[in-house]
Amino acid sequence: MNLTLHVWRQQGPDDKGQLERHQATDVSPDMSFLEMLDEVNEALIKEGREPIVFDHDCREGICGTCSQVINGQPHGPQAETTVCQLHMRQFKDGDEIYIEPWRARAFPVLKDLIVDRTAMDRIVEAGGYVSVSTGGVPDANAILIPKDDADTAMDAAECIGCGACVAACPNGSAMLFVSAKVGQLAKLPQGRPEAASRVCAMTETMLNEGFGNCSNHYECEASCPKGISVKFIAMLNREYLKALPKLKIK
Amino acid sequence: MILDGKCPSGPLKDKWDNHRRDLKLVNPANKRKYTVLVVGTGLAGASAAASLAELGYNVEAFCYQDSPRRAHSIAAQGGINAAKNYPNDGDSIFRLFQDTIKGGDFRAREANVYRLAQISNNIIDQCVAQGVPFARDYAGYLENRSFGGAQVSRTFFARGQTGQQLLLGAYQAFSRQVQAGKIRVHARTEMLDLVVVDGEAKGITVRNLVTGEVQCHAGDAVVLASGGYVNVYNLSTNAMGSSVTAAWRAHKKGAYFANPCYTQIHPTCIPVTGDHQSKLTLMSESLRNDGRIWVPKNKGDQRPAHQIPEDDRDYYLERKYPSFGNLAPRDIASRAAKQACDAGLGVGTGRGVYLDFADAIERLGEDTIRARYGNLFDMYQRITGEDAYGQPMRIYPALHYAMGGLWVDYNLQSNVPGLFVLGEANFSDHGANRLGASALMQGLADGYFIAPYTIADYLARTEPGKVSIKGDEFRDSAAQVEGLSNKLLAVNGRKTVNDFHRELGHIMWEDVGMARSKESLTAAVEKIPALREEFWNNVRVPGSGADLNQELEKAGRMADYLEFGELLARDALNRDESCGGHFRVEHQTEEGEAVRHDDDFSYVAAWEYGGGEKTPKLHKEPLTFENIELAVRSYK
Repeated sequence: MNLTLHVWRQQGPDDKGQLERHQATDVSPDMSFLEMLDEVNEALIKEGREPIVFDHDCREGICGTCSQVINGQPHGPQAETTVCQLHMRQFKDGDEIYIEPWRARAFPVLKDLIVDRTAMDRIVEAGGYVSVSTGGVPDANAILIPKDDADTAMDAAECIGCGACVAACPNGSAMLFVSAKVGQLAKLPQGRPEAASRVCAMTETMLNEGFGNCSNHYECEASCPKGISVKFIAMLNREYLKALPKLKIK
Repeated sequence: MILDGKCPSGPLKDKWDNHRRDLKLVNPANKRKYTVLVVGTGLAGASAAASLAELGYNVEAFCYQDSPRRAHSIAAQGGINAAKNYPNDGDSIFRLFQDTIKGGDFRAREANVYRLAQISNNIIDQCVAQGVPFARDYAGYLENRSFGGAQVSRTFFARGQTGQQLLLGAYQAFSRQVQAGKIRVHARTEMLDLVVVDGEAKGITVRNLVTGEVQCHAGDAVVLASGGYVNVYNLSTNAMGSSVTAAWRAHKKGAYFANPCYTQIHPTCIPVTGDHQSKLTLMSESLRNDGRIWVPKNKGDQRPAHQIPEDDRDYYLERKYPSFGNLAPRDIASRAAKQACDAGLGVGTGRGVYLDFADAIERLGEDTIRARYGNLFDMYQRITGEDAYGQPMRIYPALHYAMGGLWVDYNLQSNVPGLFVLGEANFSDHGANRLGASALMQGLADGYFIAPYTIADYLARTEPGKVSIKGDEFRDSAAQVEGLSNKLLAVNGRKTVNDFHRELGHIMWEDVGMARSKESLTAAVEKIPALREEFWNNVRVPGSGADLNQELEKAGRMADYLEFGELLARDALNRDESCGGHFRVEHQTEEGEAVRHDDDFSYVAAWEYGGGEKTPKLHKEPLTFENIELAVRSYK
């Protein structure tokens, strides 16, 4: 099949940027979306033009590196699928495809489709962990965890940190991302002792990094390649409310 | 030259304890005077960086990804082994040791592997304490499952995303130290040279992948945890950015490269669809617990799988290896698939075999299978467009893991003092073949529980802050790195980096792949230098070095593959025997099983860089087996 692409090109963070038209020809339905872009890039290089830069690494949907808004949807049209796992059989001959970077205040564009997501690392650094050092821990089976709790923690822990939730949110909020980590650790006995300080530190960092707040659009859940549920945002809010009086006492 | 792995003497089970007792310590007040450079933030790098920082050392951590959380350890699906014996099925530290040595076809050090088995239990404890959500039963205890190459259930898992969960655990411990100011992160930064001062590793030269700036960093020791090199084959299950570059540049500065020919081909990957293919996707080996592998008995049988009756199917693993069946080790399962396809029995494109869940679905119900492997079935459907609940999966072997790597001694220190190599980047524990669920174990053992002790022993003998980036060695290194980039940009030829990668991959797969021969390897040793020459005359790298330039990054890695691929082929040519993942067609039984030659090849082949076009020099470290009897590996 043959496709017309409109790709966001931006030389650097200070450049204004614009959509550029490209043709993708002889696209096989078995190609992944990124392989289709690879072929476009090969042709550009041979013409002496600069290829389109985009973030990608594992190409199996788990590292969370790839980050493109395709026809207005983060990660494109297929539910619970990262760009790298999106295959061209989801498109048809003659389609026009608009490809843009994640757009959010907290994610400045570095070049073309690549954005800076280090703000998400800083949210984790603020408290997204159990403060245990290597060594001196009890036997793994000394801590019993009800299966339901372990499963819920795992549901949250599946977050790949790609930032699609932020890109999808009209407020550029990182609530789903933050709630996934807060929710995972809040569900586990190991995470309870620091639950109050964690939720406050992470949400405060989120706000300071320029992410917006949640106003219940649920676009984050719809765009999440791992299907993380918005119920974790409810859990985050609950953890936050529980934490406030504790912090006041301190 | 005979190399010494410096394994401690004494009884196997006491070696590590005795050794730790003998290792020097750094006074707590002095630790903050030392800086350790850690390259790579996968399981090994992140766990080492976190543990060293917790102890009080200053850590500078480097990764090419945009965040340390994205290293390719994240893609490991199936699980992590430990000798906990929770299921009471006869497991023990000795048995895990024995399985790993045997699985590696008797080409690993006994002392290292035993230590790995001992530490395996601490890893599980540590990860649980961090909040890694391992699978649990209804009583709240940890669950285990079985895996290839073992007859006990010793694999801990977090759905099909065990690597992800372990890496996030390590990343979170790492992030805590970033917050504490003990780790400085340099993301989107690629190591392009090792700086050696007075014979010791004291720094690295890197390129900032956003600005293009070449920078030097000085430290008191360097930890390389930069992963494996199987992308030299072009198509593999590794991430697109995984490369040999950091290890290779260290090799060119003096570090020996050990056993590069030990590469692992994973039996359960999704088959290639065409030339556009950029990478291959692995389906967890755990699928072999419930899936049955088969091909049609008759050549050219074009019927859809469900129309082929039982009598016309060959469940070849169950037939050839009745006691392990579909759980035969990876190298054996991969080679058997290739044999079936070479015999014209392949399905789909001809390069594929069936992995069939029909029996398991009938026995356990679709819901149980969905609960166990749902995410893998979904992934399969996204890539192939086929529903594996209704028809068998098609799988084919793909390059997956490098057992070889930079040579290290028992302390995980390379022959260059001050250079420690951890995880897949070193050669140490898996011999000629790695068992499933052992990579995660090794990466974390190295990072959490070995390197923090052994690096202290090195640091205690060296003065902190001995070198600065103002030294000549750093200036020369930076100039060399800049020079290489400029040279690549100046060629301005007609072919892209990917064109060359595909060509090299073709040579490697055909001549240095699953079945190697003297003829094929000799041919590869001739073809690769010719391709290398063409590369330097005909590659086109657009753009500039002072910018975010992904083609330039790829070109630098490609230049290294074109050198390293030759070494890999030479090592395979030198090893005139079959063992584990290294299969020489000259050395096989009538049934096609690998034949080792222990008298001649029971050694680690460690290669010293020759320099330019000169051939590398071979150093041998003899392997002795005192606690386990050398035997023909049998999974029948």
